[in-house]
Amino acid sequence: MISYICRAILIGVPMLYGATGEIITEKSGHLNLGIPGIMYVGAISGVTGAFLYENACGNVLENMNPFLSVLIPFLCSVIGSALMGLIYSFFTVTLRANQNVTGLALTTFGIGLGNFFGASLIKLVDSDLPSVALTKTSNFFCTKLPFADDLGWFGELFLSFDFLTYLSIIIAIIASVILSKTRVGLNLRAVGENPATADAAGINVTKYKYLATCIGSAIAGLGGLQYVMAYANGSWSNDAFGDRGWMAIALVIFALWKPHMAILGAFLFGALCNANVYAQGLGVETQELFKMLPYVVTIIVLVFTSMRKKREHQPPAHLGLSYFREER
Amino acid sequence: MSKTKTVHKREPLFHLVKRDDMKWWQAWLVRIAAIVVALLLVGFISMLLTKESFFTIYETMYRGVFGKLETGSTVMLWKYLQKTAILLGLSLAVTPAFKMKFWNCGAEGQALVGGLASMICMIELGDVLPYPALILVILLSSVVAGAIWGVIPAIFKAQYNTNETLFTLMMNYVATQIVKYYLYIEGGGSNKINPVAEGNLPMIGDNKYALNVIIILVITILMYIYLNYSKHGYEITVVGESQNTARYVGINVKKVIIRTMIVSGALCGLVGMLLVAGTDHSIDTNTVGGQGFTAIMVSWLGQFNPFIMVLMSALVIFLNLGSAKVADNCGLNSSFADIAVGIVILFVVGCEFFIRYSIKFHHTKKEARV
Repeated sequence: MISYICRAILIGVPMLYGATGEIITEKSGHLNLGIPGIMYVGAISGVTGAFLYENACGNVLENMNPFLSVLIPFLCSVIGSALMGLIYSFFTVTLRANQNVTGLALTTFGIGLGNFFGASLIKLVDSDLPSVALTKTSNFFCTKLPFADDLGWFGELFLSFDFLTYLSIIIAIIASVILSKTRVGLNLRAVGENPATADAAGINVTKYKYLATCIGSAIAGLGGLQYVMAYANGSWSNDAFGDRGWMAIALVIFALWKPHMAILGAFLFGALCNANVYAQGLGVETQELFKMLPYVVTIIVLVFTSMRKKREHQPPAHLGLSYFREER
Repeated sequence: MSKTKTVHKREPLFHLVKRDDMKWWQAWLVRIAAIVVALLLVGFISMLLTKESFFTIYETMYRGVFGKLETGSTVMLWKYLQKTAILLGLSLAVTPAFKMKFWNCGAEGQALVGGLASMICMIELGDVLPYPALILVILLSSVVAGAIWGVIPAIFKAQYNTNETLFTLMMNYVATQIVKYYLYIEGGGSNKINPVAEGNLPMIGDNKYALNVIIILVITILMYIYLNYSKHGYEITVVGESQNTARYVGINVKKVIIRTMIVSGALCGLVGMLLVAGTDHSIDTNTVGGQGFTAIMVSWLGQFNPFIMVLMSALVIFLNLGSAKVADNCGLNSSFADIAVGIVILFVVGCEFFIRYSIKFHHTKKEARV
């Protein structure tokens, strides 16, 4: 049971990153459907960084500085995905291109980029398996607290994760506080609700949109990194990340645009994704039906939130619309 | 004047003005220029990666798409036409919904359930019904299945204004899982279905792609007429421009949304049937292969005009196959094709900016100095 919950949390964390990033972006009025691609780019940038560092150390564990071997993939991932966010915001904010089309194009582009560089790395490694294994870096990422193992189930449930898992929760809480309690958050929400009013109030709409999208993308990209380093134990194989990016976008709705709700939602999604393991007695074909659960639950939540029409449960009013100051 | 401007040192260098004076041929020049620049960029990137010469790359692309046409071999050409037709079919299917500002991102799933419906009919009824009746049942069931998959989000959109982008997206994955489930049931342990001989669409000569291409071409013309010269098409346009206006002139918006999504989903289902009963004679989760998402972009790039969509899907598939060939020849991963398609689409989407806005530069600094 404990291991089932732990597994659910591990599966949920990439979605939590993606959802937190997407919430921040959506609060600025931009529906970034490029998140799945951005998470791929985040993952592959981190993997490339880790790969280069491992090679620079001659693939010898003793040569590797634990601090650097975490920092380099981390920074690579953040920079890579923030660059993707920059492309998205250049097209949708400055060029005012259609957000859905730009996002989908970016997803195609990002997944292509991820698999392309992934395949190049796999070729460099020249191993029999179609994957890159970065076990050493992964071990650094997953370093536990020294006393975690002594605390029994409590240790396993709360202290056994990699630092990116804790970071995801911290980021989600910080994002939640910033969005609801600070002036920056208020301004950001104003930009998403009604950019013309925000502009009149002296808020730099373009700056907020750019920053929200880039920071959101950087956070989402970390989800990709966590998937590779913690969930997959440091092995990258093409298309392994799957549709988690779309799940992250679904999670945004599930969480009603509140990052702290996304934490619970992510773990629930993780549990639902894993529900088929629980149903092992039912045979493989029924398990496939169980894998439908997260999507069905999302649809149900989507329908219920739209039926209840509570004001605080609605998406930002200008979501998906581009803003042009001189337009009436 | 000049005094105030020296005070406001941070006067922006330029500002944007909306324009609607651009002639249609100027707009098309901009779009074509964007495509050319994007193609050059793709060529340049592949040149850097493969160290081949610029022209070799385009030649490889051409060979990868059309094969050896001069020797009379049309195998590659037909495959190209088939892929283009399928993408075009899905793009046409999502277009009425888009014109209504209903973001149907579910073409993938709608086509997949359509394909699944034909597959089930082929397997279950293959040796029960006579051939003409079988084809009719396959056609009906796949169209109905696609329509159902499309109309569920539409009903909720019409009734409660539920976000359709995410609803249709989720429906894709539900469809994928159902197909996986069916693969396990029907295929047993092997998890795949061998090509079924019953209920295949008739072939023209010995070419299994020709019928698909012809059907899609007919649909293109019908869709053009439907969108531009029918009452339905007019209602779709009005609802897309402004729902309030539509309500004011007495259009039943809910009815239009639901009806349009039935059309959209049914067409997707039909494309699914063409894929399963027409070419593959089998099904797996990758039958539609992401074309449903590409179709969204093609529809948008085609400005909701079916004939431009023909060109756009031809371009996208050309790039896809061509750059896959370049990648294959030079030992790169085939995902290179995705990158190429992504770049071109981003360029074409971005170039709309120069059609809709013009940049006015300020010359304040010179004046200020004087």
